[in-house]
Amino acid sequence: MLTDEFDPQKGEMLRIVDEEGEADMGLMPRMSKDLLLKAYRTMLLTRLADDKAVKLQRQGRLGAYPPSKGQEASQVGPAMALKEEDWLVWAFREMGALLWKGVPLETQYLYWMGNELGNVYPEGTRVTPSVVPVGSQVPQAVGIAYAGLIRKEKSVVLAYFGDGATSEGDFHEGLNFAGVFRTPNVFVCQNNQFAISTRRSRQTASATIAQKAIAYGFPGILVDGNDIMAMYAATKEAAERARKGKGPTLIESFTYRMSDHTTSDDWRKYRSKEEVAEWERKDPLKRFSAYLVSKGFLKDEASLIEELGELVEKAAVQAEATPAPGLADVFEHTYAEMPPYLREQMGGGWK
Amino acid sequence: MMMNMVQAINAALSGEMERDPSVVLLGEDVGVDGGVFRVTDGLIDRFGEDRVIDTPLAEAGIAGVAIGMALNGLRPVAEIQFMGFSYLVLNQMINHAARMRNRTRGKLTVPMVLRMPYGAGIKALEHHSESTEALYAQIPGLKVVVPSTPLEAKGLLISSIRDPDPVVFLEPTRSYRMLKEEVPEGEHLVPLGKARTVQEGDDVTIVGWGAMIPLIQRAVADLKGSAEIIDLRTISPMDSHAVVESVKRTGRAVVVHEAPRSFGPGAEIAARIYEGAILKLEAPVERVTAPDITVPLPKGEDRYYVNEKKIKEGVERALRF
Ligand SMILES: Cc1ncc(C[n+]2csc(CCOP(=O)(O)OP(=O)(O)O)c2C)c(N)n1
Repeated sequence: MLTDEFDPQKGEMLRIVDEEGEADMGLMPRMSKDLLLKAYRTMLLTRLADDKAVKLQRQGRLGAYPPSKGQEASQVGPAMALKEEDWLVWAFREMGALLWKGVPLETQYLYWMGNELGNVYPEGTRVTPSVVPVGSQVPQAVGIAYAGLIRKEKSVVLAYFGDGATSEGDFHEGLNFAGVFRTPNVFVCQNNQFAISTRRSRQTASATIAQKAIAYGFPGILVDGNDIMAMYAATKEAAERARKGKGPTLIESFTYRMSDHTTSDDWRKYRSKEEVAEWERKDPLKRFSAYLVSKGFLKDEASLIEELGELVEKAAVQAEATPAPGLADVFEHTYAEMPPYLREQMGGGWK
Repeated sequence: MMMNMVQAINAALSGEMERDPSVVLLGEDVGVDGGVFRVTDGLIDRFGEDRVIDTPLAEAGIAGVAIGMALNGLRPVAEIQFMGFSYLVLNQMINHAARMRNRTRGKLTVPMVLRMPYGAGIKALEHHSESTEALYAQIPGLKVVVPSTPLEAKGLLISSIRDPDPVVFLEPTRSYRMLKEEVPEGEHLVPLGKARTVQEGDDVTIVGWGAMIPLIQRAVADLKGSAEIIDLRTISPMDSHAVVESVKRTGRAVVVHEAPRSFGPGAEIAARIYEGAILKLEAPVERVTAPDITVPLPKGEDRYYVNEKKIKEGVERALRF
């Protein structure tokens, strides 16, 4: 068990591929070449789509947007451990995870462009919509998992949140419930070192976030969040534990937000260029591609970038071509059935 | 069977749990203890601790977990021990439950009931006497339901559990054991969003709900003139049609609620009456409510709480105008 081997209280961190792309084969999870390439493709697509979203925002074509840059491994690795029947509960900075779980890029763009249709996912996609009130998705993920238990499903519920979210009451209430009822949850805290400008050290005096799990009565593990292999391995183990009825796990993904909090933010206000440069060296994409190249799996990155770039452009065009909601769209989903006074307000062309 | 409101709610819950295995209960002390008012008494023995869940002491957690359950196919009925502690759930209810349907264009919905005892008039501890239904009623996407009798409680709760949208179900503590009435054993449904005419009359329309209904009935018992009493039942979405049509006939209206006056439901009801019946009105809409003060501790509660005398005076003012 990785959770036995890596004790967060001793600051031990799971890492399988290091910054140079060197792998510890003893810890390496079983992954086919196809799976590896699909993972890289998703991470690269996330990076390119993320850049594009920022550009679109700067051009006034997309609203405020929270970039994923630097967190691609932290997002995609856990999602890779999910099966189709498993749920993915996210916050707002998990584009890569959603891509893996089947939420199309154009749908995600549509949401950030300000259309509720961006919360409408393909039939059968077990992904909840974005959650802006920080941390409030955590107890919901526990309820989804509890319902799965009652309905005798074998599904696992993976929930993402940030380091800032761990200071919210909902984090405590959610993990506490999960521990008490041993729900099949995997909690992934993307510790990207910041909640807007506030450093991780201002969120908790705990040496690690992972060790908080101990108090809730289940295992926690600290993982190098820029290492896709480590994130995948830790989540896979946690998901199997959950599926076997052995309860939840907290995974702290130790990563870094390389870009701004959102497009409304300016990171230069609260951190140095040197600090960011240091983390650019640890870029999860560079590390992964070095590993793939060393294995001889990744040959023509340039044409992959070109292909994905076209996908991104297409998705943006498609999202932009989606018409804005009409009057009925914004009224009719308030209740299953529209109350008469609401129908009157709508009929009057509410201004 | 003769039942008080506690028994009627218990019967509604057990009937629905019997009928539909996706109905689960959760809350603080709802299992072994049967709830602090014994509303869920005996249900854990019948349905097991997986479906009658004693939760940690965590209101936001209860609401959040219930939302998750509803998203994944259950019909949770969550209990908040007292309305005064329900403010911890506002984030979950307002930011999630109420808007999930709209923001996913109907793909994801939250069919849950958030039950809680509410209201003053039983000389309870501080924070145990709130009636802040307007807080919830202002939120599009939430339904707010208040029963006034045991029979009503059974029918409205069953409808709330079967409703496709989140319902805040407020149980007037004062009415829990005040009255027994005949409640049918099997299914009894009262539709949401439809007011009930408690008593027909020609001279004045009195609108109320919950624990106010019996007070209103007594207050007008020896009135000179005939009063029509409307039990709103659902605060939101409100049956303004029933109210407006009645006022068009009587020409006078009194709204009675135990919540403080300002920004209370009475203001909304009065506005709808003005919008729908201004030319038929012979007097301004009278509001009989609590004053805009914090609910006093038990010794001062009578200064706050609406009583028969205050209702009578309000009705007479409307009639005299
Ligand atoms: C309850 C709540 N408080 C404040 C905010 C404003 N806000 C948005 S994101 C954020 C920081 C979140 O930090 P973290 O949980 O670490 O996630 P990250 O943004 O780093 O991904 C804040 C304070 C909010 N959305 N919700």
